Amino acid sequence: MSSPSAPSAGRMGPPVRMRRLEPAAIGAVLSRELAVFRRYWRSTTFSSVVEPTIFLLAFGFGFGALVSRVAGYDYIDFVGTGIVATAVLFSSVFPGLFSTFIKRRFQRTYDALLAAPIDVEELVTAEVVWLALRAGVYGMTPLLVAMLFGLDPSAGMALVPFIGFLTGFGFAAFGVLISAIAKAIDNFNYVTSSVITPLFLVAGTFFPIDALPGWASTLAQINPLHHCVELVRDAVFGFQPLADLAHVAVLVIFGLLMWRLAIWRLRLRLID
Amino acid sequence: MSSSAIVLRGARKRFGEIVAVAGIDLDVPAGTCLGLLGPNGAGKSTTMRLLTAQAIADAGEIEVLGHRLPEESKAARARCGVVPQLDNLDYELTTRENLEVFARLYRVPRPERRDAVDRALEIANLTARAGSVVDELSGGMRRRLLLARGLVHRPELLLLDEPTVGLDPQVRAELWSLIDTLRSEGVTILMSTHYIEEAERLADEVAIMSAGRIVARGRPAELVAEHVGREAIEVYGPPVLLAEAEERAAAGGFATRRSGPALAVLGTERSENGSLPEGHPRSANLEDAFVLLTGAEVE
Repeated sequence: MSSPSAPSAGRMGPPVRMRRLEPAAIGAVLSRELAVFRRYWRSTTFSSVVEPTIFLLAFGFGFGALVSRVAGYDYIDFVGTGIVATAVLFSSVFPGLFSTFIKRRFQRTYDALLAAPIDVEELVTAEVVWLALRAGVYGMTPLLVAMLFGLDPSAGMALVPFIGFLTGFGFAAFGVLISAIAKAIDNFNYVTSSVITPLFLVAGTFFPIDALPGWASTLAQINPLHHCVELVRDAVFGFQPLADLAHVAVLVIFGLLMWRLAIWRLRLRLID
Repeated sequence: MSSSAIVLRGARKRFGEIVAVAGIDLDVPAGTCLGLLGPNGAGKSTTMRLLTAQAIADAGEIEVLGHRLPEESKAARARCGVVPQLDNLDYELTTRENLEVFARLYRVPRPERRDAVDRALEIANLTARAGSVVDELSGGMRRRLLLARGLVHRPELLLLDEPTVGLDPQVRAELWSLIDTLRSEGVTILMSTHYIEEAERLADEVAIMSAGRIVARGRPAELVAEHVGREAIEVYGPPVLLAEAEERAAAGGFATRRSGPALAVLGTERSENGSLPEGHPRSANLEDAFVLLTGAEVE
């Protein structure tokens, strides 16, 4: 036995250099998610098409019978574009909350992964990128449905998946963050009722936020989902460069902040 | 030249008030199998988690395959295979998909991935079930898959945390022969277990852990000779008789241990006359050493 100050473990192979955020580690987790997704894509896709259809039917016909034009748009166009943000929010934040919690607590998937050469930072990045990709794709379904109801196609719609990705990244990371803080799945109710529901209702999806009292309208301005709604509408009906850059900036800052916070909290949970 | 695959120096880990690992020194020479033997709660699993940096030591130094932990743990993990105590397979995926994900994680180059997965399937005798979803596999198959998953990249070091806990005897024997094959191929193995027989059969050396410390270390036969002796007498009878025999043995300076309805008087080869209680003579074994050193009963 050597002295305590000089461990004598010998290198038995070439030293392996490992960087932070290695594409190989992130790619491996993405391949896992893709393999799992192949088993349940039908149900996820079903709900992502049916939900916006119901929203459009309910608001478009129900509310649309009372108001024909809102903020200069036909109401069906206003809602059809707004619901993109709802689809992005739901398809990122809920899997971020639930599937992350289940994989950590019940399936112990993360314990298995972290015994291999991957760090929490790479794990969170991969999970959030995956959900953001999904959100980008599923964000398009409301537009497709709205087109059946009369929304005119436009070139700018091609950018909507990117807006969905950017927004979904932040909200997926927010979901991961909450799932890492929560002790039990029941605790998600607090966040769903007090954060997610207001975010989704006061984002300018169903009614313009400038119709709100001053304080509520100010609050809506800091709602990242509001910036997603505005960006999608501008992509579909015509960009306003300066304002749209500001919307992108808000979503980027939100995404980066949530990403780092999610890594920090999940590391506390997974590494003793 | 001898080198160590694992070196721990004064490693400590506490969880709040509970000290899980209370400063241990441990060397695992390359190419050997070390059994980490201890009762439940002795700190074995925490020690294993320290080696993958899934737990970070409060104090002490840890090196795995020459990499300092926790700083270089990712490089160390790339060369280790880990088989956890609890099943954490992806139950929705097939056997092959489970292995493919880990072949990628372990950076098996793309052109070699298929062969690596096929090889792992073969080792675990799961080739015929490659396309089955894990949910449909039996408990024994799932255990073998867990082992295969840790072997897909041909690791130099294998960390086995209670590899056969909860398995029936046939499946256990099957896994033992698998682990034995790996050992003969030169893979270094650190295996935590609370089954005496498992340690006796597979380990070149055992380290006995109790309350976060390593209380003894050596070849199984040496530990028995050193801590117990050569022989023992097993006394059967009603509690009153056992209590009497216990008293008598203690008076004669013999260590004893209770195991269910029997009392074992240990190191009886040292007796010169008939001061021992009547009973069935037998050889001293690792279980005797384990119980004397940890004060715990075993399965």
